[in-house]
Amino acid sequence: MNDLPQQLASGLILGAMYGLIAIGYTMVYGIVQLINFAHGEIVMFGAFGGLTAWLMLPKGTSLMLALPLMLVLAVGVSVLVGIGAERFAYRPLRNAPRLAPLITAIGLSIMLQQLIWSFYPDAKKARTFPQFSGESVHLLGANVQRGELFLLIAAPVCMIALGFFVAKTRTGRAMQATSQDPDTAKLMGINTDRIIVTAFAIGAAFGGVAAVAYGLKYGQIDFKIGFILGLKAFTAAVLGGIGNIYGAMVGGLVLGLAESLATAYIELIPGMELFGGGAWKNVWAFVLLILVLLVRPQGLLGERIADRA
Amino acid sequence: MRHRSLLILTTAVAAGSLTLTACGSRGDNSGGGSSGDTKTLTIGLDAPLTGDLSALGQGIKNSADLAVKTANKKKTVEGVTFKLEALDDAGQPASGQTNATKFVADQKVVGAVGPLNSNVGQSMQKVFDKAGMVEVSPANTAPELTQGTAWRSGKKERPFKTYFRTSTTDAIQGPYAAQYMYNEKKLKKVYVIDDKKTYGKGLAATFRDEFEKLGGKVVGTDHVDPKEKDFNAVANKVAKAKPDFVYYGGEYPAGAPLADQAKKAGLKGPVVGGDALFSAEYVKLAKKNSEGDIASSVGAPLESLDSAKTFMKAYKAAGYKLPYEAYGGYAYDATWAIIQAVKAVAEKNDGKLPGDMNETREQVAEAMQDVKFDGVSGAVGFDEYGDTTNKQLSLYEVKDGKHTPVKTGTFKD
Repeated sequence: MNDLPQQLASGLILGAMYGLIAIGYTMVYGIVQLINFAHGEIVMFGAFGGLTAWLMLPKGTSLMLALPLMLVLAVGVSVLVGIGAERFAYRPLRNAPRLAPLITAIGLSIMLQQLIWSFYPDAKKARTFPQFSGESVHLLGANVQRGELFLLIAAPVCMIALGFFVAKTRTGRAMQATSQDPDTAKLMGINTDRIIVTAFAIGAAFGGVAAVAYGLKYGQIDFKIGFILGLKAFTAAVLGGIGNIYGAMVGGLVLGLAESLATAYIELIPGMELFGGGAWKNVWAFVLLILVLLVRPQGLLGERIADRA
Repeated sequence: MRHRSLLILTTAVAAGSLTLTACGSRGDNSGGGSSGDTKTLTIGLDAPLTGDLSALGQGIKNSADLAVKTANKKKTVEGVTFKLEALDDAGQPASGQTNATKFVADQKVVGAVGPLNSNVGQSMQKVFDKAGMVEVSPANTAPELTQGTAWRSGKKERPFKTYFRTSTTDAIQGPYAAQYMYNEKKLKKVYVIDDKKTYGKGLAATFRDEFEKLGGKVVGTDHVDPKEKDFNAVANKVAKAKPDFVYYGGEYPAGAPLADQAKKAGLKGPVVGGDALFSAEYVKLAKKNSEGDIASSVGAPLESLDSAKTFMKAYKAAGYKLPYEAYGGYAYDATWAIIQAVKAVAEKNDGKLPGDMNETREQVAEAMQDVKFDGVSGAVGFDEYGDTTNKQLSLYEVKDGKHTPVKTGTFKD
C-alpha cells in the first residue's frame, strides 16, 4: 500500500477537474432544472480557446507568462459559447416540455463537436497542448506534476470565489431566490433572464478553467474530449447532489478518488482479481454512484428533492 | 422576438443540412459508366480518415490513390480505368460495416482496400464474403481474421475466403518483440497493458506467451479504456511494480498519454508496443517521454528497400499533404494486388471482363489467391489463409524524436 499517497493525489487531482466541470451542470440545474448536456463541449471549446491563445503568442514565450492570456481566452470562449447556447438553444424552449431542451442539448453538443472538427486547423486528430517542463514536485509523499499544480491551486480558489459570490453579492442572492422560486423572484423585481444567463456564464467560466487544466495535465486535446469529461462531471454533480455547488466539488473528488483507488486496490482483494484494474474503474465508480443514490437519492450534499419535477 | 430567433436558427440549420446532403449525394451519381472502349472500375477504400487514427488512415488513402493513378497512367489493365472511392470509418466497426454494405451495393465497385483496425475488419469481412467481393487490408493484424478464432490451439481455419491482407499478423509481431526485448535488450521484467480491443488484446497476449516461454517475468497486467486520457492510476501501479519495461497492446492515441503518464509517475524503462504505436503522432503526443520507446511494425523499413524507392519518389511527386505513415506501402500493395487480380481475370477472358459485375467480383476474388508481384514492401503473395507470404518484421526505437529502425528480420519460433 506504499503507493497510497500517490493514488490519493492522482484521484484528488482528477476529482478537482471533474468538480470544476460539474459546477457547470449544477449551477444550471439549480436555476432552471435543465441538464445542459452540451456542457462537455463548452469545456472542449474552452480548451481550443486556450490553445489558440498559445498559438497566437510568439514562439518561445514562457508558459508562465502565457498562462493568464490562455486562461482569459479559454474562459472567454467558453462563456461565449455557454451564453450562446442559453440564448439560442435553451431560452426559446424554456416553457417547452422537459424532453425538448434535453434533445436540443444533445444536438447542440454534436454540432459543437463538428464545428471544431471541421473548422479548427488540424483538429481532426489530437493537438498538442503546451506543458510545464521540469521535474514533478514532491508533496506529502506523492509526486505531483507541474501542470497539475495549476489545478490544485485553481480549483479551491474558484470554489471559494464562487461560494462568496453566491452568498454575499446581490446577484448571488438573486440567484438563490430564482432557484427557490423563479416566479416569485420575478415578482420581487429580479430579472430572471439575466440570472439564468449568469448561471450559464459562471458554469462555462469554470469549464474554461478546467479546460486549461486539462490541457496542462495531459498535454493534448481533441474534439472529442468533451464527451467523457461531460459524462464524468455530470456523474460527479449527481453524486454530490445536483443543484448544490459544494456538492459538485465533493462529488467530483469522490468520483476521482473512487476511480483511482478502484484501479489500484480492488484487485488486491482476494477473489476480486478479475474485477480490478483500469478496465473496471468506471464500473466501480458507477456502483458507488448507485449505492449513494440508494441511500441518499438527493446526492451527498443535496438538500431539496426536486419539488417541481 | 423569441420566435424570430428560433426561425433564423432553424433556417440556418436547415440550409446547412441541405448543403451537406447535396455534397453527400454527388459522389453516388457521377462517375463510372463505360465510355467507348474503356470501362471504369471502382476500387473501394475504407480507413479512418478522421478521428484519432486519421494520420494512419490518410496515409493509406493517399497511397491507394497513388496506386490507382499509376495503374491508369501505365494502362496496367488494357481498357480499364480505375477509380478510387474512399469512405471514412472513423475507427468504428459499425461505420466500417455500413461502408462495406455501400461498396457491395455499388455495381461499379470491384473490390475494396482496408480497413486499418482489426475490429473494423471483423465487422466488414462477412459483408464482402457474402457478395463474393475481395477485400485486401493493408493493416489488420489480428490473427483470427484469417485463421479463425481457434488459431491459438493450432486449429487454423480460414473463415472468409475473399479476405486477404498485405500485413503480417500479431501472432508473430508480439513474439518477435518479446524475443528482442529478452534476448538482445536483456530486459526480464515486464508490465503488460492492453486496451481490450481485438488488436490490442491479441497482441498483448501473443507477446506475453512468448516472453514467459523465454523465461521473462510478467510483474503485472492491466487494461485501459482507450477512449479516456487519464491513466494516472494505472501509471502509478506500473511505477510501483518497477518493471524493466512496459508492453502496451493498443494504438497510439491512448498509448502516447499512457507512456507519458507512466514515465512521469516514475517508470524507468521503455514502453514497447506493436505497429499501431509506430507513428510520428506517437512521438508528437508523448513528447520527450517517448524517447527510447520501441514499436514493432510489419515488413522491413520502407527506407531500406529498393522496391520502395520508386514509391517514395512517386508519393513525393504527387504532392500529398500528409505522409504515407506506417501502412502506406502496404496500402499501395493491397491496391495493386486488386489491380493485378483484375488484370488476371481480363487475361483469362481474352482481354475482356465479364459483363456481369457479380461474376467479375467472384473471378477477381478467385484470381487474388494466385496474385504475385514485387511490391513496395517486397514480394507480395498470399498463403492458404489469405495472409501475406512476406513475414518480415522490424523494430523501431524512438531516438531524438524519431522512430529509427533497430532490427529487421523474420520471426523464428
